[in-house]
Amino acid sequence: MSEAQIGQVSMTDVSKTFTLKVDGQVQLVQALKSVNFDVKQAEIVTLIGPSGCGKTTALRILMGLESASHGRVTVGGKQVNGCGYDRGLVFQHAELLPWLTAAQNVMFGLEMKGMRGSELKETAQRYLELVGLKDAANRRPYQLSGGMKQRVGIARALAIDPEVLLMDEPFGALDAQTRETLQGELLDIQARTKKTIIFVTHDLDEAVLLADRIIVMREGCIQETINVTLPRPRGDLGALRGSAEFAATRYRVWKALHGVEAVH
Amino acid sequence: MSKVTPMVPSIPADEAPKLKREIPKWAITTLSVVSVILTWEIFGRDINPIFGSYPSAIAAAFWMLVKNGQLVAALMQSMKAFVVGYALAILVGVPLGLVIGRSRFLEAAIGIFITGAYAMPLVALVPLLVLWMGLGFAVKACVVFLMAVFPIVINTWLGVRAVPKTLVEVGKSFVASDFTILRRIVLPATIPYIMAGIKLAVGRGVVAMVIAEFFTAISGLGAIIINAANSFDTARMFVPVIVLMVLATLLNSFVGFIERKVAPWQVELSGRDEG
Repeated sequence: MSEAQIGQVSMTDVSKTFTLKVDGQVQLVQALKSVNFDVKQAEIVTLIGPSGCGKTTALRILMGLESASHGRVTVGGKQVNGCGYDRGLVFQHAELLPWLTAAQNVMFGLEMKGMRGSELKETAQRYLELVGLKDAANRRPYQLSGGMKQRVGIARALAIDPEVLLMDEPFGALDAQTRETLQGELLDIQARTKKTIIFVTHDLDEAVLLADRIIVMREGCIQETINVTLPRPRGDLGALRGSAEFAATRYRVWKALHGVEAVH
Repeated sequence: MSKVTPMVPSIPADEAPKLKREIPKWAITTLSVVSVILTWEIFGRDINPIFGSYPSAIAAAFWMLVKNGQLVAALMQSMKAFVVGYALAILVGVPLGLVIGRSRFLEAAIGIFITGAYAMPLVALVPLLVLWMGLGFAVKACVVFLMAVFPIVINTWLGVRAVPKTLVEVGKSFVASDFTILRRIVLPATIPYIMAGIKLAVGRGVVAMVIAEFFTAISGLGAIIINAANSFDTARMFVPVIVLMVLATLLNSFVGFIERKVAPWQVELSGRDEG
C-alpha cells in the first residue's frame, strides 16, 4: 500500500453476514455486500439510506465494534482490528455515563487513553468550551437537554484527538431547531480541527448540508455516490437551503434513495 | 374611545401560587405506628398473657432485660455474628454477581447453583452446620452468610444483565479493558440492583441469625426468645422480636442512605421522593 495519509479511511470489498435465529431456524442476513469506498483526509462523508440498509453496520465495522466477514478496512493506512484512539465514535443517543458529570464524561475517554492530572482537566475543559458547554461542566446527564448531551458526546469523542470522527445518526433524536444549530456547529468544529468525519443519517437535508460526498446505500450495497459542490465553509446553513444547488443535490439524493434513476 | 385592557391580566392576590401543603411522609409513618401500638395495647390486654402480650407489658419486660444487662449482652453477641456474616455476604456476593453476569461461561457453570441455593431450605441444614462448626460464633456467622449472600448475587447478576449494551460499547470504543469496563461502567450502572439485593439481605440475614440461635440456644437474642417461650413468658419473648424488627428497619434506611450517597443520580433519575 502506498503512503497513507492520516485520517484516510478505506473499505475494500467489505461484506458482513449476521446469523439470526428466528423461531429456532438459523437465518443468514447479509448486512453489507462487497462495499467499497475511500474517504480522504478532512473530508465529510455522509452515509444515507433507509433503516436496515447497512449504514450503521458499516460505521460499526469502521469503529471496530463489529468485524467484517470479508474484506479489508483501513484507517490511516493501518488495518482496523478492534477499537482504537485513531477513531472516535459519537453514539446515536449520546450514551453518556449517567453517574458522571459532563466534564467527567469527557475525561473518561482521556483517562482510558492514559491522560492524568491537570492535563486531564484542562483538556476536558477545552473540549467542553469547543462545543459551547463551558458552564455546564459540572452538570450530570439528567440535568442536560438532548442537544447538550449530544454536545458532550461530541466533546468526549473529539477529546482523544482521533484522526476520524464516526457519527451514528447523532442528531436523529433532536428537535429540528436544535438539530440545525448542531449541524452548523459541527461544520465549524470540523473547519477548525480538520477531522475526517463519516456521518450516518437518514435525513436528506442533513446529508446534503454536511457532506462533501454522499454515499447512498440500499440493501447492503452502495447505490450511488454523489459529490456535493456547495462551497466550504458553508456559513449560513439556512440561506444555503434556499439555493438552487442545494435543491438540485437534494433531488439527486432523493432519486437515488428511491431508485428512480438507474445507477451509473 | 374604548378602554385599553391589558393583554395579560395581572394575577389576583388570592390566585397566586400557594405553597403545597402536604403531610410529610415521616408524620404519616409515625401516626401509623402509634395507632397500631395503641390498638394492640387496647385489645391485647384482654388476651391471656400466655397466648399473647401487649406493648406496655413488653416495654416492662424490655426495661427489665435492659436493667439486668441480658439484652445488651445478647444483642452484642447476635450483632457480631450478623455483621460478620452480612459483610462477608456483600464482599463475596457483589463480585460474584458481577462476574457471573459478564461471563457466559461462568453464568452457565455457576448460575444454576446460585439459583438452586437461593431456594435451599437452610433450616434443615443448620444441625449439620452445627456438627461441623460447633455451637459458637462461627456457625451463626455462617448461617447469616448463607442466607444473605444469594439475594445479593442474584440481584447483582440481574443488574449486570440489564446494563445497556451501548454503555459497554462506550468503554470499548475507548479501548477499555474488560476489567476497566466492569469497574468503571458495569459496577456503577448496577448499583441500584446491588442496593436492592443488599436491602433484601438485611431481612434474610436477621431471620438467619435467629434461626441459628434457636439451634444453638445458648447465646444471643435467639436464645432469649427460645428460653422465654419455653417458660411461657410471652412478653419477654416479644422483646427480642421487636428489637430485631426495629434493627432491620434501621439497617434498611441506613442502606438507603448509603445508596443516596453513592448513587445520587439514581434517585434523581427515578424521581423518588425520599422525604
